[in-house]
Amino acid sequence: MKPLTLIVSGIVLAAGIVGVATGGVDSQVFGTWVAALLTLAIFSFLYKDNPVYKMAEHIFIGVSAGYVVALEYWNVFIPNLWNPLVSGGNYILLVPFALGLLLFTRFSPRASWLSRWAIAAMVGSYAGFAVIGALQGDLIAQVRASMIPIYSGEAVASMSLAENTNEYIFAFLGVVQNPLTIIGLLTTLIYFFFSREHRGSLGVASRVGIWFLMISFGASFGYTVMSRVSLLIGRLHFLLSDWLGVIQ
Amino acid sequence: MSEAGDRNGIIQKLSQVDRRLIYLVVLVCAVVPLVIGARVTLSVSPPVRGLFDAVEELPPGSYVYLAADYDPGSLPELYPMNIAFVEHLFSKDIKIIAASLWAPGPPLSQRVFDDIAPRYGKVYGRDYVNLGFKEGREAVMVSVAEDLRRTFPEDYLGTPYGEIPMLEGIDNLTDVSLIVNVSAGYPGIKEWVQQIATRFDVPIGGGVTAVSGPEMYPYIQSGQLVGLLAGMKGAGEYEQLLGKPGLGLAGMAAQSSVHVAVIVFIVLANVFYFIERRKKL
Amino acid sequence: MKTEVPVIIAFIAGMLMIVSFFSPHPVFAEPAAMMRNWAIIITAFAYVLGVANIARISAGAVRTRGRDWRYKIVMLLSLGAMLGAGLVGGIQGGSVFDWNYNNVMVPMQSTMFSLLAFFIASAAFRAFRARSVEATLLLVTAVIVMLGRVPVGERLWSGLPAFTEWIMEVPNMAAKRGIMIGAALGAISTGLKMILGLERSYLGSDK
Repeated sequence: MKPLTLIVSGIVLAAGIVGVATGGVDSQVFGTWVAALLTLAIFSFLYKDNPVYKMAEHIFIGVSAGYVVALEYWNVFIPNLWNPLVSGGNYILLVPFALGLLLFTRFSPRASWLSRWAIAAMVGSYAGFAVIGALQGDLIAQVRASMIPIYSGEAVASMSLAENTNEYIFAFLGVVQNPLTIIGLLTTLIYFFFSREHRGSLGVASRVGIWFLMISFGASFGYTVMSRVSLLIGRLHFLLSDWLGVIQ
Repeated sequence: MSEAGDRNGIIQKLSQVDRRLIYLVVLVCAVVPLVIGARVTLSVSPPVRGLFDAVEELPPGSYVYLAADYDPGSLPELYPMNIAFVEHLFSKDIKIIAASLWAPGPPLSQRVFDDIAPRYGKVYGRDYVNLGFKEGREAVMVSVAEDLRRTFPEDYLGTPYGEIPMLEGIDNLTDVSLIVNVSAGYPGIKEWVQQIATRFDVPIGGGVTAVSGPEMYPYIQSGQLVGLLAGMKGAGEYEQLLGKPGLGLAGMAAQSSVHVAVIVFIVLANVFYFIERRKKL
Repeated sequence: MKTEVPVIIAFIAGMLMIVSFFSPHPVFAEPAAMMRNWAIIITAFAYVLGVANIARISAGAVRTRGRDWRYKIVMLLSLGAMLGAGLVGGIQGGSVFDWNYNNVMVPMQSTMFSLLAFFIASAAFRAFRARSVEATLLLVTAVIVMLGRVPVGERLWSGLPAFTEWIMEVPNMAAKRGIMIGAALGAISTGLKMILGLERSYLGSDK
């Protein structure tokens, strides 16, 4: 890192802090400028990797890490462990306290095996949650929701009631909705069955499954583009509105 | 030969254009609609309508558990949703219990409350509460569903559970009428559905980043989710239904123009690809 | 002690969670609730461990003048400042911690993720080619969805938003459900293997 980058950043930061402390600079204005300059520092990566970006990146890592620990202290350690243990006399909490401290034995090659006890408690609990969640939330509920009628008389009748091309198209899509859902689900599951070679009718079904998967990946890609663009719009809105005041 | 050669040379150059030019086009397409303040009207999708109607049907005085499971990385998509939900719930005099499974969540929730609550005359502790963050993912979800007080002995700022007036008589999630989850990933709405929806029979709805939107449709179709907002567009649709345009709607014109730019890039790239492929054949 | 005790702990913890789902009897419900609270506490320690590890590795890099060691100093100072502000001054609104969160952490995290918009546009131009039937299907669907989810699409065809929603509700939903069911079967099998001690990779090696 070039010393000049560090010196300039340090001077700007010190000037700002002194300004806020003496009342010469409004803390909200100073905060907006800090946020805007850090935003531009991150955006500078788009041109090329540079010391300003790297410094901002490392500030971000440090601040995020410090944030998490401070929050764990006030929101978990104090109310869920310390207060019940010290003020409430709930001494059984010495067990998770000890297990949590044992996690730090990972730093010692000789004693690191002790951390396995705490890891096992976490892994066992979350494996239990995963089994129950997957079973009732995904497997059974989703299979149950797939028991739909292939033929819907109502949907077929709506085709004859269509008054224009749009309505006819959507009435037709309504008719094929259930059959396509069932075919799509079954062929996708067949595609993921790798115990037999995908040949003959299994191969044909697997191929259809791939088509459904490609449609779903295309939909996911479209939504991913939407998501990323929204994030950019959010930052630009901050720069143009809160910082520069160009837009309301 | 020279004209065809020139054309091929141009296509070659265009297909290898500097990526920073692409970045510039994206930037211009995003900035211009924001600066000129272009406004759009959105068509409302059934999943958004489903959640809106679910909130509309809640009687005044009922409780909603608002799980703000997101961080600043998803702010532009999820913060407008958080605002829209709180506005809707306050307008119907519904009490909000907010909490978060993501460490950066509580200050974001608090910021929304600080902005919105005064407009509706809502008071902290009487009409809404921010219980803060708890580490533990699915363990916290099930723990909250069974015993809210044990999971959150204090609120975000250290007030004991028993000293918060609106929490009197509220023991667990079965005492709330709806769970609204603003979710940026894991842990989030998928885990809420897996752990809570069927097991505790509490309706769940919420908002997700657009990235997660497509994989939530099985839960919508099965009824495990009463409704869903996906991305900034979902937030914009909800704002439109509410009649309170906000950050969601404000960004949609820019969203439109960048989408068109990306589609043009894809089409152009494939046109160049097919021209070069035909050349090789 | 090194392997058997953790496997037994994992078995007890996992079985308590599963059995308490099926039986609300206090014999299972009370220990399960206690285990959940313990999992919350231990997980919090795990996050602190992660941060302590970052600090340890960075301090080592500074000591040995490793790669980017000057930036590591910046990182450690930032970590110390934020942690100190939070532990000493508290986390309430108006505190230094809160100011750092709103003006340093929030803008930078949001901006980091917003860079992805540029990268995805660049990738769309450089990499997405309709080389096969399947790739074409993917690209065409992506274009329809991108157009259908913005007002421009509705101007092209009034039915495009509804058609996009149909794509999401039918073919997309069917494939996603297939993936979900397959993943659920995998998760159940792996979870049970971990609880029963058949899968022990989470314990690390004995060396």
